[in-house]
Amino acid sequence: MNNNYIYYPGCSLKGNSKQYEESILPVFKEVGLPLDELEDWNCCGATAYFSVDETLATAICGRNLSLAEKKASDIVAPCAGCYLTLKKANKVLKAETEKAKKINHALEQAGCAYHGGVEVKHPLEVLVKDIGLDRVREKVRNKLTGLKVACYYGCQLVRPFTDFDDPDYPTTLDSLMEAIGAEPVPYSAKTRCCGGSLTGTIEEVGKRLNFILLKEARRRGADAIVTICPLCQFNLEILQDKIVKAYGEDVMMPVLYFSQLMGLAFGLPKEDLGFSRSIIDLKPFWQKISMGGAR
Amino acid sequence: MDIQRKVKYEEELDKTFLEEIKEMSGAEDLDRCIQCGTCSSSCPMSVYMDYPPRKIIGLVKNGFKDEALRSFTIWLCSSCYTCQVRCPAKIEITEVMYALKRKAIEEKVYPQGLAIPVLDKEMSQLIRNYGRNSELWLILRLYLKSRNPMGLLRMTPLGLKLLKTGRMSFKREAIKDRKQLKALLKAIKEAA
Repeated sequence: MNNNYIYYPGCSLKGNSKQYEESILPVFKEVGLPLDELEDWNCCGATAYFSVDETLATAICGRNLSLAEKKASDIVAPCAGCYLTLKKANKVLKAETEKAKKINHALEQAGCAYHGGVEVKHPLEVLVKDIGLDRVREKVRNKLTGLKVACYYGCQLVRPFTDFDDPDYPTTLDSLMEAIGAEPVPYSAKTRCCGGSLTGTIEEVGKRLNFILLKEARRRGADAIVTICPLCQFNLEILQDKIVKAYGEDVMMPVLYFSQLMGLAFGLPKEDLGFSRSIIDLKPFWQKISMGGAR
Repeated sequence: MDIQRKVKYEEELDKTFLEEIKEMSGAEDLDRCIQCGTCSSSCPMSVYMDYPPRKIIGLVKNGFKDEALRSFTIWLCSSCYTCQVRCPAKIEITEVMYALKRKAIEEKVYPQGLAIPVLDKEMSQLIRNYGRNSELWLILRLYLKSRNPMGLLRMTPLGLKLLKTGRMSFKREAIKDRKQLKALLKAIKEAA
């Protein structure tokens, strides 16, 4: 446990999810916890590297943990994939096993020794558990009144490590959305998988899984789906036109990051929160926002 | 018509397979599976699988190495961990799937023409070389390696949208200290 946090972007927040970085950093600044980026971080390896070579995958995560340890900081990883991967590697490296000894020794030889002094957290966890919803409420200038949101947690944030929320029916994101004045709808698909990287390799899978998620959000009357993970956001957003064509149902819907909505509620200029990167038309969303009184 | 036996005799099974996968996955309780099927009914991907997760665990437990390693199932596991957190015997099923993927790659018995193992291998390679993933480069390498130019063509409209919204670039990402990464990978290899 450290008293500082350092930001681990991973490939998504520098790539297809720039709007996540553009909103999470100013939001953390607003609540009094500005985040520096972990210098020279390397990719976490995600599910891919663990499918090929577990030892190497753990070792490269160890390098990131070592870099954070040198800064006496805990890692904040906004991507659920990075969050889980780094957490998994952290657990392996902290255990007293032959495997851990071998990898830790290699890390030491390469000049990035790791001594087990870092925790890996997700920004949702930090906001709700460490900073607290009272602090968040204090910062709200424009309540998102009347905006109905389906809070989508996906899988890897709440499973298999269930440190801060329930693996099947988590509620932290719902309470955070309530704190900024939005109205979370009951969303039974909130931890159902979006297909992860399979959406990129087998389109049929991507379409079906995301159709289920979009349809349920529609059925519950949501104006938008709120996500905490870049891969979920991407999968839910990019296939919408194909899904409508394949299943003949209009399930189009904005898919936004919780941090974008927080920034909006905090009164930050909406131009700076990455909304223009949405592939889905946001006009109905902005109408709803202006009806609720927010800028 | 060529009639072939569809059931394996006991001597044809791999008796060391269970222990090997237990070791590789860390799922020590693997043989405590009672075949209740909670995993299969929880799995969002089971409708696409040749063997649902319950059967895969059964195959591993009883030494059906070939069937497990050549299955599509292991590649269709999206690592959502639903089966794992719900398993009443607390078996780390997702980790078992990972172990089977690694074993299938090691023995080169993964289904040909399936893009998933190709993606996993290409992404690992990018990270080994540069320390970072570059999304566009990864996609290009994926379609090149899986010889699927039509797939790439179908991706073009999306690619253009992503370029337009600044969510994709042609830049190849890399860390500064690639020397350290190289030293780390070397040290791991030497320790093996």
